[in-house]
Amino acid sequence: MSQSSPGNLSRRKLIRTGLAAAAGVVGVGAAARLAKSYGLVPPDAGGIYGIGETLNYTAYRLLTRNSMAREFSRDQISKRPLENELAPPSEEFKRLQAAGFADWRLAVSGMVDRPGEFSVAQIKSYPSRSQITELSCEEGWTYIAEWVGAPLSHLLEVVGVQPQAKYVVYFSIEPDWWDSIDMADAFHPQTFLAYGMNGGALSVGNGAPLRMRVPRQLGYKSVKFINRIVVTDDLKKFGKGLGSEAPETGYAWYAGI
Amino acid sequence: MLVRVTHWIMTLCFFALLVSGLEIVVSHPRFYWGETGNVLTEPLFRIPMPASRHLVPTGYAYTLPDQNGWSRYLHFQSAWVLVLIGLVYAIAGLFGGHFRKNLIPRKSDLSWRVLSKEIANHLRFKRPGAEEAWSYNVLQRTSYLVVIFVMFPLMIWTGLAMSPAFVASFPWTVILLGGRQSARTIHFFLTIALVLFLLVHVLMVFLAGFWGRMRAMITGRADRPEERL
Repeated sequence: MSQSSPGNLSRRKLIRTGLAAAAGVVGVGAAARLAKSYGLVPPDAGGIYGIGETLNYTAYRLLTRNSMAREFSRDQISKRPLENELAPPSEEFKRLQAAGFADWRLAVSGMVDRPGEFSVAQIKSYPSRSQITELSCEEGWTYIAEWVGAPLSHLLEVVGVQPQAKYVVYFSIEPDWWDSIDMADAFHPQTFLAYGMNGGALSVGNGAPLRMRVPRQLGYKSVKFINRIVVTDDLKKFGKGLGSEAPETGYAWYAGI
Repeated sequence: MLVRVTHWIMTLCFFALLVSGLEIVVSHPRFYWGETGNVLTEPLFRIPMPASRHLVPTGYAYTLPDQNGWSRYLHFQSAWVLVLIGLVYAIAGLFGGHFRKNLIPRKSDLSWRVLSKEIANHLRFKRPGAEEAWSYNVLQRTSYLVVIFVMFPLMIWTGLAMSPAFVASFPWTVILLGGRQSARTIHFFLTIALVLFLLVHVLMVFLAGFWGRMRAMITGRADRPEERL
């Protein structure tokens, strides 16, 4: 056998590196297709931070799909829970608030068998659940509160979600304030339409009369003053097509981290 | 070769994480201990600086622009790259002998005589001799091992312990740290420790001869060009 010359060696090295790179590209492509077919690609996967966002969402869906947010004991409830919202300034909100939200309607449409409008009283007539969970803001602060509400899954069963649906989009009465979650979060037992907090009614500063509560994600997914829900299989139809208003202002759609 | 490539990729990630991390802190420059903490609770300490959110009482009459969105995107993306490249480095170092040969202190190093000599040399800012261009001394080995095997894992742990979905699946990761705010505070102190390591690390490179050491870490060639690191 002839001894390989340095030239041979570097050529072999080059071929090996080339093959590894090609395999890598094919592998990444295949992984991306596989992830897409299993619904593991977030709506804001484009752009320079798309890779990190996709890795976050994919990893978390594989690791934490059915996990339960931590629940705390009653004595861990924050003594002074934060009210970090001003009342929506619109005349419409003021009128609804003055009437004790009796005329507030939650409109549900999209890929459902029985679309409709629901009053707060109707939502309150559903089996009520409570949870003592932490609200974590992306800024870094946190508090623990007891939330009372109807699981979103109950409302989704009432309206009959169609099998091809993939996301639940929810809107605040405040303009340009909306978000969406996938079905794993929408049917999660801790995802609430919250109307009560810490033993009383939900305050306006915390999103009365209805606040979406998604405890496995950061606070900004828990949109306040909810009055519209759309069930869909395509987030491209909403806003700029990034899944929520958050990515339009630079924030990630998936906020479990 | 692998050590050098991963070193520079991780350097880039470290700076991206540092800048984005500091930007995230700007939105709430207060730190707490325990599970919860917010503007209504007493902080453990606060950084005397303006914030990017008007709700935070800082004593300053103005707020800084909000940079949290891209900072969070960049923070996680660089964290992913750092962890994945770090794994390549760790696996290669484990099986390729880099850790055993170059990082675990040699038996001959572990005597008071060698240790005190090294410490004295460092305290006198003595320039290392030519033989040191090819191997790490015992203080270097120890500090590199601590950074690689203690501080980086702790950094990842305390980072994940702040994630609401991660701790939903693995609650003990935050309970062991004493709560989410404790995790955040430890994450912050680890950052300071890593920045101090970086400063000393760069100072040492300067003392050992900046251009020679930079050339060695980039090209793999030291003073004897026929040999490679």
